[in-house]
Amino acid sequence: MRTPISPVAVALAVLLVLAAGWAWPWSRMPIITFLCFGLAALGLTVLMRAGQVSFGHAMYAAVGGYATAFAVRAFPGIDGLAAAAAGVLASLAAGALVAAFVSRYRGIFFGMLNLGLSMVLFSLAGKLYAWTGGTDGLRFERPPLLGVAMERGQFELAMLVLALSLAVGIAWMVQRYFDSCAGQVMLAIRTNETRLEYIGLSARSVLAQGYVLSAGLVGLAGALLALVQSLVTPESGYWIRSGEYVFIAILGGSGHAIGAFLGAAVFELIKLAAAAWFTDAWQILLGATLIAVIFFAPQGIVGWRRRAPKPAQPTPAAQEAR
Amino acid sequence: MDLNLLLLATVDGLSYAGSLFLISLGLTLICGVFGVINVAHGSLYAFGGYSAASLLAWLLPHTSSTPVLVASLFVAAAVVGGCLGALLERSLLRHFQDRDPVLQLLVTFAVFMVLEDVQRMVWGATPVNAGDLATRLGTTELLGVTFMNYQLLFIPGVALVAYAGLQLLLRHSTAGRQIVAVIHHREVATALGINAARIGTLTFALAGALGALGGALSVPMTSFVPGLGAEMIVTSFAVIATAGLGQVTGALVAAVLIGMARSLAVYTLPELEVVMPYLMMVAVLLVRPHGLFSATAARRI
Repeated sequence: MRTPISPVAVALAVLLVLAAGWAWPWSRMPIITFLCFGLAALGLTVLMRAGQVSFGHAMYAAVGGYATAFAVRAFPGIDGLAAAAAGVLASLAAGALVAAFVSRYRGIFFGMLNLGLSMVLFSLAGKLYAWTGGTDGLRFERPPLLGVAMERGQFELAMLVLALSLAVGIAWMVQRYFDSCAGQVMLAIRTNETRLEYIGLSARSVLAQGYVLSAGLVGLAGALLALVQSLVTPESGYWIRSGEYVFIAILGGSGHAIGAFLGAAVFELIKLAAAAWFTDAWQILLGATLIAVIFFAPQGIVGWRRRAPKPAQPTPAAQEAR
Repeated sequence: MDLNLLLLATVDGLSYAGSLFLISLGLTLICGVFGVINVAHGSLYAFGGYSAASLLAWLLPHTSSTPVLVASLFVAAAVVGGCLGALLERSLLRHFQDRDPVLQLLVTFAVFMVLEDVQRMVWGATPVNAGDLATRLGTTELLGVTFMNYQLLFIPGVALVAYAGLQLLLRHSTAGRQIVAVIHHREVATALGINAARIGTLTFALAGALGALGGALSVPMTSFVPGLGAEMIVTSFAVIATAGLGQVTGALVAAVLIGMARSLAVYTLPELEVVMPYLMMVAVLLVRPHGLFSATAARRI
């Protein structure tokens, strides 16, 4: 199943991104956003391999973002990396807490529970003005990175390098996870969970592990986004944002970790194109793309690149009849 | 909390539950027949509300008869919701029927994104409402508190009539019994000679009309702004998940529970108003993982 991703191609892409960020300062924010959305979508890809879709995962981006903001405000002079680490830890902890009961649910109820929790968090973030700054969000001072205080342009470039190296490293590690036993069991949850249990494996605990991992990935994306904007808003946890992450994960495909980033790149390009030419209709453009992708390439960019559509998988019912 | 406040909260809650129930009814019907959560249903709600407001604004200079104006709400909802629902099924969802349910859900999400922009293009971003229709129906005094008849009697009345009508349709008409058969088992129903595709379109049209009716009924009470459809669809998700997917009576109970919880929160803990539906849903799902009224399903290996 493993697609050989040529290291040369990855290195070229990394160099290209770095060169673009170096040459055109305006391109830094879109590139950082693309990398963060890619990381978040990678988190959803982890769950999607088990056939589960969460419509509330943006809540972990909000948890990560707010934890980062709290860290910077509570400890003035704290390093940006430490603040982001606090964000990731907070989202991992929140993910572990939620995974404890959400891992019992499958399909639509799994999605709905996540959605419900994220809406609770979103509303609370908007209402608890004293702590979260209400709907305006929480603004904070730009922290130093690795002990160096920086100007805006420099800071964005440094964040770009940080996000890029994290993205490459984490994508590689997540792909290793996909190929590992635990990752393969996640695939089996999608195929046939009951049989999995008959072999003596606990689908629930494997799914819970995957859930914590995905929460951490989305949390990291939220923390980095908050850090680069020096701002975190409740909007970062709204369900439409969760939907965008799901969109990117579908667009990229769940066959390989690189898919999330390919999807995020296409998503960001569509957004940029829409902002330039169709300001009123960018959601129409996104929606039409999503429909086209699902219709023509249900396996996403990764699956489409890999092979021609193979004959339909036998359904569980057909297998049973054999 | 004194009695008047409780009464106010109850009436508010019931009228909110009324329109919530109409939307959830459509959503749960589609879920039953197709096994898909139709996110685009929120847009149908918004389209129903906006087009009813437009129709009312157009009619007002020509007529002052209240029955005509009230009837126009239903006409707008039936035409816009029915056509849009049927169109959605015919042109799009039919082609995705044998795909993964998650992908189908995403298709409806894409449609929702498209319709949200279309709605913004047609009706703009300024708040739209039709307040004077609500005042035309007069007021009733109950235990010293004055209520609008529209809110006290009309919306809950329509919701109950819709509920009874749907039950009657599903139990006693041929088309309705065919819908029930398709919900129960699509393949067997097809083998028995039921045209499942036709039933699908019919369900979508019916559900669309119900969703749009929910919108049309609330436009005299609330101002419609972009984003309201999204909020409504998420709340009605909470209703049908609390009820158990595909449960009509369950949706009625859950809509009343959630509507009441919300309006009680408005008067006592305003910070929690928006959160109430989700808190209810999470609480119910933690105890009963498939909702309050779910039927047990056979385990397929």
